[in-house]
Amino acid sequence: EIQQYFLKEAAKYEKKVMVLDFVTPTPQGSSWGLGGTCVNVGCIPKKLMHQAALLGQALQDSRKFGWQFTEEVKHNWMTMTESVQNYIGSLNWGYRVALRDNKVTYENAYGEFVGPHTIKATNKKGIEKLYTAERFIIATGERPRYLGIPGDKEYCLSSDDLFSLPYCPGKTLVVGASYVALECAGFLAGLGLDVTVMVRSILLRGFDQDMANRIGEYMKEHGVNFIREFVPIKVEQVEEGTPGILKVTAKSTAGDQMIEGEYNTVLLAIGRDPCTRKIGLDKVGVNINEKTGKIPVNDEEQTNVSYIYAVGDILQDKLELTPVAIQAGRLLVRRLYAGATTKCDYVNVPTTVFTPLEYGACGYSEETAVEKFGEENIEVYHSHFWPLEWTVPSRDNNKCYAKIICNIQDNERVIGFHVLGPNAGEVTQGFAAAIKCGLTKEQLDNTVGIHPVCAEVCIQSHLKAHGILG
Amino acid sequence: ALGAEGAPRSGGGAAGWGLRSGAGAAPENEYDLLVIGGGSGGLACAKEAAQFGRKVAVMDYVEPSPQGTSWGLGGTCVNVGCIPKKLMHQAALLGSALKDAQHYGWNISQPVHHTWSVMAQGVQNYVKSLNWGHRVQLQEKKVKYFNIKGSFSDPHTVCGLTKAGKETVVTADNIVIATGGRPKYPMDVAGALEYGITSDDLFWLKESPGKTLVVGASYVSLECAGFLTGIGLDTTVMMRSVPLRGFDQQMASLVTEHMESYGTKFLKRCFPTKVEKLKSNRLQVTWKNADLDTEETDSFDTVMWAVGRAPDTKTLNLETVGVKTNSETGKIIVDASEATSVPHIYAVGDITEGRPELTPTAIAAGKLLAQRLFGQSSELMDYDNVPTTVFAPLEYGCVGLSEEAAVQRYGSDNIEVYHAFYKPLEFTVAERDATQCYMKMVCLREREQRILGLHFIGPNAGEVIQGFALGIKCGATYPQMMKTVGIHPTCAEEVTKLHITKRSGLDATVTGC
Repeated sequence: EIQQYFLKEAAKYEKKVMVLDFVTPTPQGSSWGLGGTCVNVGCIPKKLMHQAALLGQALQDSRKFGWQFTEEVKHNWMTMTESVQNYIGSLNWGYRVALRDNKVTYENAYGEFVGPHTIKATNKKGIEKLYTAERFIIATGERPRYLGIPGDKEYCLSSDDLFSLPYCPGKTLVVGASYVALECAGFLAGLGLDVTVMVRSILLRGFDQDMANRIGEYMKEHGVNFIREFVPIKVEQVEEGTPGILKVTAKSTAGDQMIEGEYNTVLLAIGRDPCTRKIGLDKVGVNINEKTGKIPVNDEEQTNVSYIYAVGDILQDKLELTPVAIQAGRLLVRRLYAGATTKCDYVNVPTTVFTPLEYGACGYSEETAVEKFGEENIEVYHSHFWPLEWTVPSRDNNKCYAKIICNIQDNERVIGFHVLGPNAGEVTQGFAAAIKCGLTKEQLDNTVGIHPVCAEVCIQSHLKAHGILG
Repeated sequence: ALGAEGAPRSGGGAAGWGLRSGAGAAPENEYDLLVIGGGSGGLACAKEAAQFGRKVAVMDYVEPSPQGTSWGLGGTCVNVGCIPKKLMHQAALLGSALKDAQHYGWNISQPVHHTWSVMAQGVQNYVKSLNWGHRVQLQEKKVKYFNIKGSFSDPHTVCGLTKAGKETVVTADNIVIATGGRPKYPMDVAGALEYGITSDDLFWLKESPGKTLVVGASYVSLECAGFLTGIGLDTTVMMRSVPLRGFDQQMASLVTEHMESYGTKFLKRCFPTKVEKLKSNRLQVTWKNADLDTEETDSFDTVMWAVGRAPDTKTLNLETVGVKTNSETGKIIVDASEATSVPHIYAVGDITEGRPELTPTAIAAGKLLAQRLFGQSSELMDYDNVPTTVFAPLEYGCVGLSEEAAVQRYGSDNIEVYHAFYKPLEFTVAERDATQCYMKMVCLREREQRILGLHFIGPNAGEVIQGFALGIKCGATYPQMMKTVGIHPTCAEEVTKLHITKRSGLDATVTGC
């Protein structure tokens, strides 16, 4: 997807542009069309399946609001997946058309450097072609990591497989504590499936840990099982089928205890690895971080080789988010071909985790704020809230939560925003814009709320300062 | 501050600011503060004053509607406004969700029917819990509550009768009038009062209103007609002229266009002439169609008037104490510190002239007033750039200037309007029509490109706009918006990607995922 944006940009400046895109099928055989992770096996199908789960909850709520239906409503995985895949197909098609309309040459081929300014493209049939270019942009993204244990590639799925799975996954074990793991576990449970999440240590590493734990608690209270401090050491097939039955053996990280469990599906969500090891970077001298595979770039997305750039998930020390990649790619092309100087602003990039209780965040977590500024120099304002729409159906009245972190030494500048509740992404976006404008606590207090919505709680002056991390 | 009227009481502070140091109520007054009206503004003011250790009393009284509807403590918002409105709007949205659910794989047989009484009971019970909550809060904060209809006998004395007929007299150093407003009835339509209801009654109906005619073009009219349509009722809106007067008219048209495709019927450029009751108990409405110059009739189960609200000042006896009101609107004239023309008498909320009729502004104004009176603060309420949302079936949220107002103030050559038609991701699989999903940002054209107004139609419009309102409070500019990275996939992110101007004439439809 990123390529679309900047390649369309480049073509706008009448540069001769080509894009190579190729999807190596997963161990299970899944593959997809043009558009990258976000469109095919990330943001888009994830949000649609999350929506399916939310609609299940809406069905429950609707009875209390007067809607009459007596039967227990069941979910059909195939109906949902077909609709989702059809929509994705339309996006793949849309990108093909857009590239063509912008006169960008597209090849469905695997690209790798073979020498300076030269790339070899191999298509599905194995036919090779060589291309030369003045400049190159690497945006190959990442793929899910496997555990490296017996049975992982043979029997386990990853997010690359889940969104096009042609059968209901059934009783599922999700291995991992990333947002991928929790978002998938969340919607699978919301669709009525028996879901267990196996976590090695903490949830959502890198995110505000108080918020992460609240997310976990909510999921637990709403039917997701958690196995904490265990890692799988082998996966065996008990029965073939769609789905079949798999036996998972796991070992405790805190001792010698071993456990076993049987599941229809095991979904691995333990991290993603950049696709940088097999594209000939060594042939042209592009440095990568040997341990992580990520590519270090300067603040203009340039690698150590002056004519080779990189954007997106493969970048070292940058956020793995679609809008960041798009922004970076667009601005890069403008700098290269339109004489612009604006660089991508990676500071205060907002994000949202689409777990059953959504979490929107922008800026510092409480821990990193304390670490950077010192506990005595930050003030935290917080509040629980009960969305009005949850009152009549008597849903949880103390789970939704908002937290604002301010830097006392800088005019009580808002340096962190966190909200846990419905439509967290919609709520957070505007706050991120305000933070970009240098929002202070005083300006927050002076802004009138919209009533009755969840977002207004974030600005209400009854937020109380509390003991930091207390 | 306005000039003082009548002899100032001893011990009073400067008119308009009311800063007092130390000391409790002057010996001859029983309370430091009396608030007349227990709604959003009044309660916020009273509770805040109580925090400063002051002796505070609240008088609240609900005159039953012509149809006999009444309610408890909390004012319009809690009982017959924001709260029940949003809950019934949610009921309607859930109806759409039920249809969507089928596309997302949920095996629910359509159509699903709605029972008014189940919804009404749920909503009314919640509202009653809020009434109770307010009573308890007042008690906890030691605020004295009088359920009486008060009227002034002098600038520091208010008296009234309890429901049981007992006369009560309350004296206070400072008095805040926060009696809000009530729906208007059309004066020139026979049968309007006897047979029609208003929003005061709608939310308390025990049985379904059935086939309903909503008369008016206000947000009250459109929001009510919207949710009535959404729960499956045959609903018609009759409008004399433009919808949502005072709001951006392009956005207002999109709202009504959506409602039409949603199933609400519109009788445009029509006004009613009489309402009669039929033997079947249905109501026969006769109206004039201004465009066709014809007279038409139809019958309805319910006729609801939503033709505006009038300030509730009739029984206050304002003339006796000299509190000035606007001759056209009847609202109380206040200055920037919420002071009326009489020293020590203030007003907040819907009753005040020139202020937005919104709960959050009333609450904020009430709190700040209490802080100025008793808390040594000098901070005034900032009524600029107040965001709001119309909870029509497709919600409309906005902050700042409408396009027309910006053009009028700055000239069309000096403003730039960025706009986009977009499609919420959730609409795709649900096969929902996104024709009216639209947003626009009105900016100054000069170098900095400060944002003057932001308008958004789509799901969760209030949630989207709130944060951007903060940005506008910080003086946000178009470049700052563009520097903000979007959250994907949301509707709100499209605001940070706006780049097609109206001036360019280019197609403003967002493509891609």
